Amino acid sequence: MTILPLTSSQTVGPFFAPALLREDAIRNVLIQPETSGERIRIEGQVFDGEGLPVPDAMVEIWQANANGRYNHSADQGPAHLDPSFLGFGRSGTAEDGSYWFETIKPGRVPFYHEQFQAPHICVTICSRGLLNHLVTRLYFEDEQNNAKDPILLCVPDERRSTLLARRENREGMIVYRFDIVMQGAGETAFFNL
Amino acid sequence: MKNITIGEIVRGDQEVFPPYLYEAYQSTRRRAPMLPLIEVPLTLSELTGPGAVISAITPEDADLTRNAGTGGEAIGQRIIVTGRVLDDRGTPVPNTLLEIWQANAAGRYLHKRDQWPGPLDPNFLGMGRCLTNEEGIYRFLTIRPGAYPWKNHPNAWRPSHIHFSVFGPSMLSRLVTQMYFPHDPLHALDLIMNAVPTEAARKRLIALYDHDVTEPEWALGYRWDIVVRGAYATPFESKEVER
Repeated sequence: MTILPLTSSQTVGPFFAPALLREDAIRNVLIQPETSGERIRIEGQVFDGEGLPVPDAMVEIWQANANGRYNHSADQGPAHLDPSFLGFGRSGTAEDGSYWFETIKPGRVPFYHEQFQAPHICVTICSRGLLNHLVTRLYFEDEQNNAKDPILLCVPDERRSTLLARRENREGMIVYRFDIVMQGAGETAFFNL
Repeated sequence: MKNITIGEIVRGDQEVFPPYLYEAYQSTRRRAPMLPLIEVPLTLSELTGPGAVISAITPEDADLTRNAGTGGEAIGQRIIVTGRVLDDRGTPVPNTLLEIWQANAAGRYLHKRDQWPGPLDPNFLGMGRCLTNEEGIYRFLTIRPGAYPWKNHPNAWRPSHIHFSVFGPSMLSRLVTQMYFPHDPLHALDLIMNAVPTEAARKRLIALYDHDVTEPEWALGYRWDIVVRGAYATPFESKEVER
């Protein structure tokens, strides 16, 4: 079997927005009216090592549907596909480092050996000053299954809370707040992926 | 995948991926994580991914010389950039989205934060996209970008390059990178390119001039293949999964 060497990563740089955040490339809203599942809004800010907002980042998310099924050929599980839900989101950050998504809370997806993962959303961050993108996960603070999640258990206790989105109820809307700290106090736990 | 240690925060393959903290590139100093990256097992969440996320793509999107929609053509040396997207087993990655962006022939980006006195070209947006075909092949028509100055250190110039964003088959294959042009004296001086740890890996970021791609009386041809991580863990069997 041939193993080809991988192509290296390079920074997204400061000038990506006209291409990657053009009107039809932004995906803040992942849902359509017919999408099934509990509507949630995800909000957060991206901060650098001095605690300053990062205004030139791109945040991408990938998630299963409300049944815990990914819209991808590698997921051959029995959970139902929702054709109205792709599960991919892309947001830029504003001057205050903020990003947002309107989506649904994902269901539990399989791990191995009849185990399941707690509901989570995969998060990727690109910006100037990042020679590789950052990879992490958003979990929901009010989810009991977090205690048994095999990925969260890989994260040292004192850093686990950085992956928990905080629930807020706002005018009938469920908001989960998930700040991303690239460096320093409260640094988000990033994965070696 | 090799393990990582504190103070040496590198993702995955240390011969291929740059470190997060690369002091000479000043912006990394406040944006690189300082705590160890967490080693995690691969799950269905990493072995799936958005694939062809933007399906409404037209052939015009891959022609940067005309996609400004002005009716005029961008100024500069017309070039064809083509190649294949492969996984690390050499399997072509079909139907995956590539998004590119670049400076114009004078080295100026159409972006409010690029304010150096290089001229703008009203017929050039500097962005394009396409899907790979069934053989994993992509193809762009564009103009050769100029070098441009940046403020990282005195007299800093970036070599001519084109930015690429690639999805590939899964979350593991997500890649944002830059393609460079052969025989550029700025390569040796470029911090971003030299953040890549090995000479062999840096060379793989440089396109090859290919006279077979060059079209007579029309455009010079460059070939550049992109290799992304494959998604080939054991498939999950549905019978094992009971909710």
